[in-house]
Amino acid sequence: MHPVITLVAQRLALGLLLLLAASVLIFIGTQILPGDVAQSILGQGATPETLANLREELGLNEPAVTRYFNWLFATLQGDLGTALTNGQDIASSMGKRLGNTLFLASVAAIIAVPLAILLGLIAVRYQGRWPDRVISTVTLATVSVPEFLLGYIAIYFLSVKFRVFPSLATVYDGMSLGDKLYAISMPVVVLVLVVLGHMMRMTRAAILNVMQSAYVETAELKGLRKFTIIARHAFPNAIAPVVNVVMLNLAYLVVGVVVVEVVFVYPGMGQYLVDHVSKRDVPVVQACGLVFAAVYIGLNLVADIVAILANPRLRHPK
Amino acid sequence: MKDDLAKLIDRIDAMRMDRRSFLNRTAAFGAVAAMGGATQALGASHATPNKGGILKMGLGGGESTNSLDPALAASQVPFHLNRTIGEPLVDVAADGSLEMRIAESIESTPDAKTWMFKIRQGVEFHNGKTLTPDDVLATLQRHSDKDSSSGAFGIMEGIESMKVDGDMVAVTLATANADLPYLMADYHLMIQPDGGRADPADGIGAGAYKIIVNEPGVRHTFEKHANYWDQSRGHYDGVEFIVINDATARMAAVQSGQVHIANRVDPKIAKLLSRAPGLTVQNVSGRGHYVFIMHCDTAPFDNKDLRLALKYAINRQEMVDKILDGYGSIGNDIPINAAYPLFDDSLPQRDYDVAKAAEHYKASGHDGSPIVLRVAEGAFPGAVDAGALFQQTAAAAGIPLEIKREPNDGYWSEVWNKQPFCASYWGGRPVQDQMYSTAYLSTADWNDTRFFNADFDALLIEARAELEPGKRKELYSKMAVMLHDDGGLICPMFNDFIEAVGDKVIGWEKNGVQEVMNGLAPHKTWLA
Repeated sequence: MHPVITLVAQRLALGLLLLLAASVLIFIGTQILPGDVAQSILGQGATPETLANLREELGLNEPAVTRYFNWLFATLQGDLGTALTNGQDIASSMGKRLGNTLFLASVAAIIAVPLAILLGLIAVRYQGRWPDRVISTVTLATVSVPEFLLGYIAIYFLSVKFRVFPSLATVYDGMSLGDKLYAISMPVVVLVLVVLGHMMRMTRAAILNVMQSAYVETAELKGLRKFTIIARHAFPNAIAPVVNVVMLNLAYLVVGVVVVEVVFVYPGMGQYLVDHVSKRDVPVVQACGLVFAAVYIGLNLVADIVAILANPRLRHPK
Repeated sequence: MKDDLAKLIDRIDAMRMDRRSFLNRTAAFGAVAAMGGATQALGASHATPNKGGILKMGLGGGESTNSLDPALAASQVPFHLNRTIGEPLVDVAADGSLEMRIAESIESTPDAKTWMFKIRQGVEFHNGKTLTPDDVLATLQRHSDKDSSSGAFGIMEGIESMKVDGDMVAVTLATANADLPYLMADYHLMIQPDGGRADPADGIGAGAYKIIVNEPGVRHTFEKHANYWDQSRGHYDGVEFIVINDATARMAAVQSGQVHIANRVDPKIAKLLSRAPGLTVQNVSGRGHYVFIMHCDTAPFDNKDLRLALKYAINRQEMVDKILDGYGSIGNDIPINAAYPLFDDSLPQRDYDVAKAAEHYKASGHDGSPIVLRVAEGAFPGAVDAGALFQQTAAAAGIPLEIKREPNDGYWSEVWNKQPFCASYWGGRPVQDQMYSTAYLSTADWNDTRFFNADFDALLIEARAELEPGKRKELYSKMAVMLHDDGGLICPMFNDFIEAVGDKVIGWEKNGVQEVMNGLAPHKTWLA
């Protein structure tokens, strides 16, 4: 069998094992947290009787291990169950949220990834001169400012002062694609600013590394244009570290944007997860945790495969 | 051109003035009208409500975990869901009087033990079914079942039996309670078809709006219930709640006109926000209070002198000024304020008094070890700062307080009602009896100050059966004195409800029973 396929198969198996381990850890985590779902639902209004009634109703009186395995077997059969708190079907309500998260992440990524790489190339082309300085300083600044502050600044100027974009990014079924894109314009701007710096600097560093090589010198001596050398000769050899950092940022766009979701009232996975953690709604937390872990593992797998495919020595092993 | 603009601005200013005075007048008129038991549209003589349009409310206090089951409502958005979809038997008006809704009239036997609710005819549920006394009975039963997890379970406990009698629902109590009708105004007790037995979370009620989209923690949309029984309410074609938990985002949404009403304005920014164009900041004094609670049965708080020392060692006015930025009023170590019926204002106000605090502290014989006060921002907004202020003022009297900051997460299950001294919040109740029964009766589940006083309990039971208001008031003032001097409650302040309301919204009323006009903004306001 081709070594790449073997590798992918190995990685997938390992990924599944990791997912299982993650689900155990998440379950343990939710059990360690103080209070349970019944207490969280009833809040300050809990009385001993209502607590007992609700626990009975939700099946919380079973031992934790039994509950975990019940959940695991149901999940393996594709049944994520219903939320303890509001009885909604987890697969469908989480699916909607996941769709929203992926939509926001992909729009941000479609803008951010090419932009970051282009800016990285430009920065290398003018290394040490003013375009490099401007690009590096600005992206470093936007990546250093906390995202909620970027969000508030954007809201203040773009929504409240000049009313260009809506501050509420709520999207729902029945909106046209155009409306949806308009609604998420502000979070997209903020997310692009947040992830741009990391990817751009990594691109710049990786290419600069390659630029020291002898073949680049040869290309220069051949009289090729500087930008051609960077884009055609240096960049392909710097692709592995760039893809790695791009994948990390894509993963962040999917699993780490809860703050941006809160600021712009975007109905994504982050807020959904946080709400259910604070209510100790274990099945939902488990489901979200699995999805997040799968995204991370999957994207890392993609990064590894791309790194292999990009490297002829790994692609054609002796 | 310029002159025209100036004129226009003048005119807008003039209209604003008119509207303010209009609101004041309607509020005054509303108080009188409601006292007479009338329910006609307030201010009808001033303006006819516009019909139509969509009211958008940006609301904090909603989670993806929210259910449409009225019994499980415990935060702001579910409260508004209940109020918008549902119709209660009775309601509490802005002035504290009773307002008839599904019940057309109420009678009781002279001993206040059996109460008869005459059920209104011709009320239709959202699913087209006609509301019957059986639906009312089934609803009340579902909330009072032994295996109920309803938020109203506690107030239904005193009910011995219920039955339908023609067009009446009769409720018999184990012990007399003159306030029973008020208990029926609880926001969980929305009448559902067959009591919601089949599917409590189906969102079918008899209120002015029916739910169309239910995305918990994101948005809820409603459309006018065409056959709503009360023509004087529900002027919009539809209502939309957008859940905005982030305070800054909520304020930005109302400032940029994306929502008409935003709830829970932070007192610290209320004055700034009121300068923004296109909106008014509305505040109304409520019954909610921010408190520090001591367990009267746990050392060192089992010592009356130490309790008094701490009560004298807090600067209430400073708290109102700094924590609430003036949007509130000072408390007097009882959970009752002037918003309650039968409130006795003759109880002397306890002030910050270093000398008395030091004197009582000395009399308590406390060993001088730091007294631990647990706080969390989630106890009430500003609780951590309030704890720091308390620490300062107590230190001036030689009382060492140690502030221990707790996480918000799990505060209500791990700290409140468990630790002997902590910050807390009470939302207030429609009547004094309910407030005292909920948290100060010896047998109450939420007796969070561990206040066990047989005389107090006896007075509370006696007051319940007393139908003569003068005598009841006397009993309540006796109880207030007991709690004021002996209780474990340190009540520095009552907070206002503060909301930001866009200028397009007309018909706003001051109603401090709960936030956003007691949840009636979708029913009673309209768009200009």
